[in-house]
Amino acid sequence: MLKYIVRRLLGAIPVLFGLSFILFAFVHLLPGDPSRAILGQHATPEAVARLRANLGLDQPLYVQYFTYLGQLLRGDFGASIINNRPVLSEFAVRFPGTVELTAAALIFSIGVGIPLGRLAARHAQGWIDGGVTVLSLVGISIPVFVLGLVFVHIFAVELGWLPTQGRLDPRARLDIVTNFMLIDTLIAGKFGLFVDALRHLVLPAIALGSIPLAIIARITRASVLDVSNEDYVRTARAKGLRERRVDNRHIMRNAWLPVVTVIGLQVGGLLGGAVLTETVFVWNGVGRWVVDAIGNRDYFVVQGTVMIFALIFLAVNLVVDIGYAFLNPRIRYS
Amino acid sequence: MTAPTVTVTAPTAARASRGLWGDAARRLLRNRPAIVGLICIAIFISAAILAPVIAPYGPLAGTLAERYQPPSLQHLMGTDTQGRDEFTRVLYGAQVSLQVGVIAVFLALFMGGVIGAIAGGLGGKIDAVLMRIVDVLLAIPGILLAIGIIAWLDRGMLQLMLAIAITYVPVFARLLRGSLLALREADYVLAARSIGASRVRILLRHMLPNALTPLIVSATLVLATAIIDIAGLGFLGLGPPDPRTAEWGTMLTDARKFLELAPWLVYFPGLAIVISAIGFNLVGDGLRESLDPRLRR
Repeated sequence: MLKYIVRRLLGAIPVLFGLSFILFAFVHLLPGDPSRAILGQHATPEAVARLRANLGLDQPLYVQYFTYLGQLLRGDFGASIINNRPVLSEFAVRFPGTVELTAAALIFSIGVGIPLGRLAARHAQGWIDGGVTVLSLVGISIPVFVLGLVFVHIFAVELGWLPTQGRLDPRARLDIVTNFMLIDTLIAGKFGLFVDALRHLVLPAIALGSIPLAIIARITRASVLDVSNEDYVRTARAKGLRERRVDNRHIMRNAWLPVVTVIGLQVGGLLGGAVLTETVFVWNGVGRWVVDAIGNRDYFVVQGTVMIFALIFLAVNLVVDIGYAFLNPRIRYS
Repeated sequence: MTAPTVTVTAPTAARASRGLWGDAARRLLRNRPAIVGLICIAIFISAAILAPVIAPYGPLAGTLAERYQPPSLQHLMGTDTQGRDEFTRVLYGAQVSLQVGVIAVFLALFMGGVIGAIAGGLGGKIDAVLMRIVDVLLAIPGILLAIGIIAWLDRGMLQLMLAIAITYVPVFARLLRGSLLALREADYVLAARSIGASRVRILLRHMLPNALTPLIVSATLVLATAIIDIAGLGFLGLGPPDPRTAEWGTMLTDARKFLELAPWLVYFPGLAIVISAIGFNLVGDGLRESLDPRLRR
């Protein structure tokens, strides 16, 4: 097991180097000059030259690359062009918002997707199965931002059940500690605000969770059906075990593996989808920040955020793969 | 002495075979969800092609005096924030999605195909290097990669296509490489090798044709996600360079601010995206089943 983990960790190193190189190339090898973009088309050549020197853009490319790499290794992901604040600390401030949203979406999609998939498999070819199939087809075919807008219109604008945007009632007074609203409200002991934060979370989480929900339901259904045809399941039934026991002990235990893999694969999509969901719901997280940065041509924020996102994504994949190897010994030794 | 004539009767089934594609097409047409999908795609494509013919107004024509009109006989889908006919713009929006989507997927198929063919066909060190590059691309989650590319390359139709294409290169590269690796040990590849066929010939004539079907299936499914991604980039303001362009995602950005006043501006472009995506998803699933008889249950 340890050998497997070490092997996977070593395997991630060339990917990280490649990633740093590609992101570096994005800024420096493509036409267009960041300093020109920062200062605008009408800047004087002197001002451009000064900024280029400040940003180190007048150095040879390989020097710039190694400088960049050195910064990365020290945890320096660059600074915003607009306000010169370091990308990493700004990211850290906003990241809890994104985590809260994606975690809620993931919990929703797993909590609903797996039971739905099991239900569909149990009644395979029946109308429940048909309904789940149609639901999951629509789920993967509807963009998060369309679903989000429709939710806002129905549940917030028309019915007024839930708030349209934000993470908390703007009039609320709350000390930000972790920037996880659900945690901060509890730390402050304000249960009313906790409920308010939860109400703000419902629509974005369901919108963002719709695609993973559809995929998880599909895979669970297929996986359960696959396992149900195995001989040992028939044996278990033949020896008179209760259906529930067969379901939990014989079918689900073996049906988990593909489901776990697919859940791990959803994390990347969720992080990407969060960018769109945060825009729809004016949710204060990393996604909206990146979109604003693009609007402001704040290149280094975009570069740094993509790099951090990729690091997180790689780490999550690694954890999922290790978990998978833990569950399935065949992976470890291949 | 005359040689005895030998008639070889091929062990054909009673039904005349129409080849892989003929059979696949027939199976596809017997698959009800796939037919629904084909209808959706037909609506989508004809909207794109016939937009200049059926659209009752110009995509940019409208006056502020006519804005926010709810759906009516004059304006089937109402009018937008600038008083332009929404139905017309939804039709023209199909053009952008179709063009960008199809070209992007072909680009991705080509780039990914070349990488996958070289990696899977040649193997060894080249394979290892190429797959690391693919890993790097895969490390950046989906739409973020596209966002990053457009942020650097600036907005534009070509950039949009390229951004979407690059996002899906790893998908196709991995898929083709995987099928080629599996085919390497196939009997007919062994046979071709044993009669001295060159590596390139084996790759192009024997292995590639047999590795194409999963690629076609996945290209169809990717087209569905590509259409959603295009709209997503448009929604974030990274769509076509001219903000007036009728593009579904861009239209939704405008609609978002006037959700209370004109909710239909969300529903119609949204529906257009969903119908197109459902079409390609259903046909993709149908193709998978009809091209690979083993998968049918």
